[in-house]
Amino acid sequence: MTSTVPAPAWTAVCPLSAIEPETGVAALLPDGTQVAVFRTRDAVYALGNIDPFSQAAVLARGIVGDLRGTPVVASPMHKQRFDLRTGECLDDQGVSVPTYPVRVVGGTIQLGRP
Amino acid sequence: MTRTVVVVGHGMVGHRLVQALRDRDAEGAWRVVVFAEEGRPAYDRVALTSYVDDWDAARLELDGARYAGDDAVALHLGDPVTAIDRAARAVTTASGRVQPYDALVLATGSAPFVPPVPGRDLPGCHVYRTIEDLDAIRASVERARTGVGRGSAMVVGGGLLGLEAAKALRDLGVSPHVVELAPRLMPLQVDDGGGALLKRLIERLDVTVHPGTSAAAIEADRGRLLARLANGTELDLDLIVFSAGIRPRDQLARDCGLGVGGRGGIVVDAACRTTDPAVYAIGECALADGRVYGLVAPGYAMAEVVADRLLGGAAEFTGADMSTKLKLMGVDVASFGDAHAATEGALEVVVNDAVAGTYRKLVVSDDAKTLLGGVLVGDATDYASLRPLVGRPLPAEPGALLAPAGGGGGVGVGALPDEAQICSCNAVTKGDIRGAILEQAADDVPKIKACTRAGTACGSCVPMLKQLLASCGVEQSKALCEHFTHSRAELFEIVRATGITTFSELVARHGSGRGCDICKPAVASILASLGNGHILAGEQAGLQDTNDRFLANLQRNGTYSVVPRIPGGEITPAKLMAIAQVAADFGLYTKITGGQRIDLFGATVDQLPAIWRRLVDAGFESGHAYGKALRTVKSCVGSTWCRYGVQDSVGLAIELELRYRGLRSPHKLKSAVSGCARECAEARGKDFGVIATETGWNLYVGGNGGTLPRHADLLVSDVDKETLVRVIDRFLMFYIRSADRLQRTSVWLDSIEGGLDHVRDVVVHDSLGIAEELEAQMAEHVTGYADEWAGVLADPEKLARFTSFVNAPGAPDPTISFRAERGQSVPVPLGIPEVVSR
Ligand code: SRM
Ligand SMILES: Cc1cc2nc3c(=O)[nH]c(=O)nc-3n(C[C@H](O)[C@H](O)[C@H](O)COP(=O)(O)OP(=O)(O)OC[C@H]3O[C@@H](n4cnc5c(N)ncnc54)[C@H](O)[C@@H]3O)c2cc1C
Ligand code: SF4
Ligand code: FES
Repeated sequence: MTSTVPAPAWTAVCPLSAIEPETGVAALLPDGTQVAVFRTRDAVYALGNIDPFSQAAVLARGIVGDLRGTPVVASPMHKQRFDLRTGECLDDQGVSVPTYPVRVVGGTIQLGRP
Repeated sequence: MTRTVVVVGHGMVGHRLVQALRDRDAEGAWRVVVFAEEGRPAYDRVALTSYVDDWDAARLELDGARYAGDDAVALHLGDPVTAIDRAARAVTTASGRVQPYDALVLATGSAPFVPPVPGRDLPGCHVYRTIEDLDAIRASVERARTGVGRGSAMVVGGGLLGLEAAKALRDLGVSPHVVELAPRLMPLQVDDGGGALLKRLIERLDVTVHPGTSAAAIEADRGRLLARLANGTELDLDLIVFSAGIRPRDQLARDCGLGVGGRGGIVVDAACRTTDPAVYAIGECALADGRVYGLVAPGYAMAEVVADRLLGGAAEFTGADMSTKLKLMGVDVASFGDAHAATEGALEVVVNDAVAGTYRKLVVSDDAKTLLGGVLVGDATDYASLRPLVGRPLPAEPGALLAPAGGGGGVGVGALPDEAQICSCNAVTKGDIRGAILEQAADDVPKIKACTRAGTACGSCVPMLKQLLASCGVEQSKALCEHFTHSRAELFEIVRATGITTFSELVARHGSGRGCDICKPAVASILASLGNGHILAGEQAGLQDTNDRFLANLQRNGTYSVVPRIPGGEITPAKLMAIAQVAADFGLYTKITGGQRIDLFGATVDQLPAIWRRLVDAGFESGHAYGKALRTVKSCVGSTWCRYGVQDSVGLAIELELRYRGLRSPHKLKSAVSGCARECAEARGKDFGVIATETGWNLYVGGNGGTLPRHADLLVSDVDKETLVRVIDRFLMFYIRSADRLQRTSVWLDSIEGGLDHVRDVVVHDSLGIAEELEAQMAEHVTGYADEWAGVLADPEKLARFTSFVNAPGAPDPTISFRAERGQSVPVPLGIPEVVSR
């Protein structure tokens, strides 16, 4: 017999204070998906952690910054930059990584299902 | 009165015609009616292969191809023209529409040629021309996936298109076989020598090449395809792609009695007019000057001619440059001018470097004074500067022009006359570009592109545009990036003078925005050179590149490598055993590096502290293999053991390595000490190298191995050790102050004004009066040094950063796995590597 248990809509990941401003960390979702969670000075973003160019799970370890005002992370592997808001690669049109809903509730970062 | 021009075919060239006409027809003299056979607006066929990257057809659509908001253009998709009535001046379409015209333009392109091989119509046989063709190929590949093992495919034709198809198949995870009738690949563009090298380079990429043979028969075989080649080889295949050439689509023209060539193609004159003055033909369906041009640039030129003629102009199509430069599966191929030395008396000058994997040929006139053409395989950097010289006097000996790129042989743009074509895609001359720079104030590459269109197609002329800017005296920005208008050296001075210790303060006061992956590590390095504590302290951690942030080198699968410092390469058996034990316990791949030490590969982020705990306890320190910092000071065995040695090179190497360990600089620093002039430590290949003499030491600076080797220059000779160390201190600090970001000492020395003499004046004769300051800075570094890894292990806050997942510390990264190779573990490759097409 199989039964489906609805997964909770939001998964608590870590306190906001666990992420240094202008850096990222990796989080593991129950289904094995890896999410890169970034904290800038004024916002929190969540992208897939897998770098689509190298397939390595490293985006969380990239340098966070901005490109003409767009918040970006540069992949630590070969430096392609991704828009933190949309997941789109700004150096290779058409390439992108998934984005995840993210919110801060009571000082805790929570990830939603995409 | 408004007249009607009917355009048959909405490919790249048809679209360019409509654009050119609409751009220039200010009076609205023409109404345009376009009939397209394909069900979608014109798309970038040249980039068709990139469709397999994302299967997003919308991305390929050409700009403005829907003519939105332009009432003068009617575009009928999926409704091909079936007949032309020249007497009535009207066309009939498949849907039964009858459209009268005042002028008719045929832009029907070409169709793939499929050789008459028995079995060529079997399911699984494809051609390679449209988006739909690629969708069908994808479906065949997917069907093959359900079988066992890797799928395999045959590409019939080893020309430009065949290799494009092979690349697409490889990107889809299928092993391609390329069958080419000619004895070499790309027979139209390259010669035998270039073809042989191309074959070698392409075969390294898992493509099997069968030159000098052809497909003789294809049979269905238990759900797969069996191909027999003329040379007897049999191939067991999932699918076949024919790309053995093109045939102009001239059937409409034949049916209405227009002139066509013996081997196909609609005959046109210099005005691109057919044998009926009301009918034009352009692009790949046209036979201009006795030939069909299978490239897009000549088609665009024809479109411009017809647009001009329709508006009463007298433009002429006078043939086009068939030069090509491509990157096929990462391999550079370029051919230009008379690549096959067909000109009477032409001479060939060839440099075939099997080791470097490059083949370079120039074709010159019989007096060796005029360049006629050439072929470059493996490295086509010089294409941009050589192509415009075709038909012109050579600025140097042919041999010198062929010297390896960067070897000083290359031709500067200054040698070219104003009429020389710089951008062959868009027919833009040096004069046009200089005009844009000097008269239209185009002071950067994007502006030149906007003014002249140069550089907007294949992009291979962009390096020349930069050179032209420089030669016109436009100062190229020294700005580090969009966040700082300063150069690295200027920022160094600002930080030093103001005593600012954080990036956020620096960017707030002297920059703009929030920073990026260029300025953050550069500033972090400056802060570290000036001694601001541990490189992971507070905000500094987030500025570092991943290597510095985890104090280890990132590997292709997301793991890291660990390099303990082994000063001078000298190591005790006990320490060797300690390293061996750590490697065994953590299952790390172990290799002796080229820098006389040991690298342990495959550590995950969360294993790094545990590994280093063991190494630090055994007496090791960070080797800074990850940093733009001192790497190794290599040594030879020297006077202690060697029967030729005149000084203790090992002892000095260790002393120097301990003195400068941890020193952050614009790029990495390497050194070596040899015990005599036999130079077994290769000191002259280093940023600073020392060679023993009977009476002291010689110091050489600015050496480099790597991408562009350079022998170091002698800075001082026969000095005692104290003097030697003082000069090195000053030299290194002067470099750290004034070099650009990621500039090795070799490049810095060649670019600094006054060169070696100036540097000697500063660091030996103290011409700037800063020697004392430089020495004091180095003294501060030496006393302030602390091992970075010990610093992490002692600080719980820093240690906490070495976790795989913030919500599951210690959980292994599911994407990382290893397999065994020669008794050690190596990464399992992740996915299919990205390949570039051009
Ligand atoms: C491990 C080693 C190869 C080996 O297995 O032997 C190595 C490995 C790397 N080298 Fe190297 N180089 C190694 C010796 C060399 C040498 C030989 C030497 O030092 O005597 C050279 C030529 C000498 C020179 O630098 O002038 C060398 C010239 C380069 C270059 C080209 C530098 C240049 O100026 O052109 C790069 C690229 C760069 O730095 O931008 C590079 C970059 C790299 C990087 C860091 C690439 C990267 O960013 O991931 C490699 C990663 C190391 C890793 O994954 O752990 N490596 N590399 C050697 C480590 C030596 C050590 O103990 O520290
Ligand atoms: C994979 C690939 C890679 C290439 N790479 C390069 C490259 O690197 N550099 C380069 O210069 N060139 C390259 N080419 C060639 C380049 O694509 C062509 O030269 C160019 O597309 C020609 O444009 P065209 O408009 O003449 O023909 P096409 O683009 O073929 O357009 C003709 C259009 O007319 C339509 N048509 C035909 N008959 C009718 C009819 N009776 N009624 C209505 N419509 C009709 C066709 O369906 C088609 O859409 C490449 C081609 C391919 C396939
Ligand atoms: S450089 Fe000289 S001393 Fe050193 S090993 Fe070679 S021969 Fe011996
Ligand atoms: S030569 Fe191709 S864009 Fe200039």
